[in-house]
Amino acid sequence: MRIAKEEEARSAARAAEPGEGGGASAASAAIELIGVGKRYGDFFALRDVSLRVAPGERTVVCGPSGSGKSTLIRCVNRLERHDEGRILVDGVELDDARATLRAVRADVGMVFQQFNLFPHLTVLENLMLGPMRVRGVTRAQARERAMGYLERVRIPEQADKRPGKLSGGQQQRVAIARSLCMEPKAMLFDEPTSALDPEMISEVLDVMIELAGTGMTMIVVTHEMGFARQVADTIVFMDAGRIVERAEPEAFFERPASERGRLFLRRILQH
Amino acid sequence: MGGASICPARRRRARLGLVALAPLALVLGGCGEALQWYVVSPATSTGRANLLFLLGGIWYTLALSLTAIAISIVVGLLVALPGLAANPVARGFNRVYVECVRAVPILVLILWVYYGLPIVLGVAIGVFWAGVVALALSDSAFEAEIFRAGIQSIERGQIEAADSLGLGYVDRMRFVVLPQAIRRVLPPLGNQLVYMLKMSSLVSIIGMQELTRRANELVTAEYRPLEIYSVLVLEYLVLILVVSAGVRRLERRLARDAD
Repeated sequence: MRIAKEEEARSAARAAEPGEGGGASAASAAIELIGVGKRYGDFFALRDVSLRVAPGERTVVCGPSGSGKSTLIRCVNRLERHDEGRILVDGVELDDARATLRAVRADVGMVFQQFNLFPHLTVLENLMLGPMRVRGVTRAQARERAMGYLERVRIPEQADKRPGKLSGGQQQRVAIARSLCMEPKAMLFDEPTSALDPEMISEVLDVMIELAGTGMTMIVVTHEMGFARQVADTIVFMDAGRIVERAEPEAFFERPASERGRLFLRRILQH
Repeated sequence: MGGASICPARRRRARLGLVALAPLALVLGGCGEALQWYVVSPATSTGRANLLFLLGGIWYTLALSLTAIAISIVVGLLVALPGLAANPVARGFNRVYVECVRAVPILVLILWVYYGLPIVLGVAIGVFWAGVVALALSDSAFEAEIFRAGIQSIERGQIEAADSLGLGYVDRMRFVVLPQAIRRVLPPLGNQLVYMLKMSSLVSIIGMQELTRRANELVTAEYRPLEIYSVLVLEYLVLILVVSAGVRRLERRLARDAD
């Protein structure tokens, strides 16, 4: 029964082909990394990483700890600065200029493993801050937009609560809504469910699946292979700072091309 | 027992307080002729006049302390922010300021500001403002360190979240970092207020008519140091206990709001 349901969900999620978008994100951006390298002293976190994510494409990045997956997506919105190579978001090259940073960060949303909600603000205020201060939206418009996204992540009744009063799953959904309020062209997810209790993982994944269905460009670092199979257009497998394999989900899960990929899958699919 | 409604810790503390006061009462009571409480007794007209004179100093003590700490907090924040910058020159400014200001005793600073600064600036400075400037300057180094620690204690994730939304430095400080940092540093800030109230007594040296100065003047007039200085001790005690209680209430209210 489970397999049948998965098949159904898979075809539904894939129905939104890259490039076609139903929902809120009108224009999805392409993200391109060309020969990107990043080092911390003698340690190479990223080595010669090249990747192109098409507009509306859903890419899942997986790999063992320390493989550089988090570093990769953190370089895309410049939370980390890459040392070599080039990164382009929607055709704009990333550099240190304040204008570029502001523009790229407004257009690329990020969801963190630890949620990182602002504890001293209510849920609604968390969502309204970005649009008001960065997009110049009025308070009334920001509020309307915020309530809209809260409904979309299915927790509108939590609007006036402080994040501390919410469960982990609810907090992460608020975090997703907060990023979506900026109406980004691409969304990055850094192990969004890794800090959640198991029973809350699915409520967050459901939101991400629905988002994927709207044609949003997504790069998701995750260990949730079920989600990857269901939603991803591409699986990128990394190890020791390099991209080892890049394939469609079925290909990667059924017939991994690399030895390290095979080893990785064997280990995580043991449970 | 009737005391069942008071928690045992409080009862213990109350008993300790009484025990501590007992020797004081014995000493004061047992001095016999050596004590002439008439000098500050509300029962006599002289006593009343003297008490009022002494108590009048409270306004100046409060004015000095509150003005000084308000200025010191603003200056402290402005000194703290460069201390966290990427720019080494900015950080250097912070270090030099804090180390130098901390190295000068408050009394010395008061003397220099009152007697020396007017000569440098070519303009007269009144006793009150000399006191305020010296106190504020001296305290600002401590406030700077308090703010620097408070801001550094904010989790990296908060800053990353603010950055990833596209918030600039000012917005990030204003809406994300400082509101959280200020709540965290309220206890040390309260400490600094208490410290300031005590240090304001040093401004008596340049003639400011605050609590300590008035006590000194009265002692010169009446030759009754024990009684008068005891009242002075009591004045500071009550003032600071009240202020401390107020600060604690503020802390609790902010902690409650943050939930």
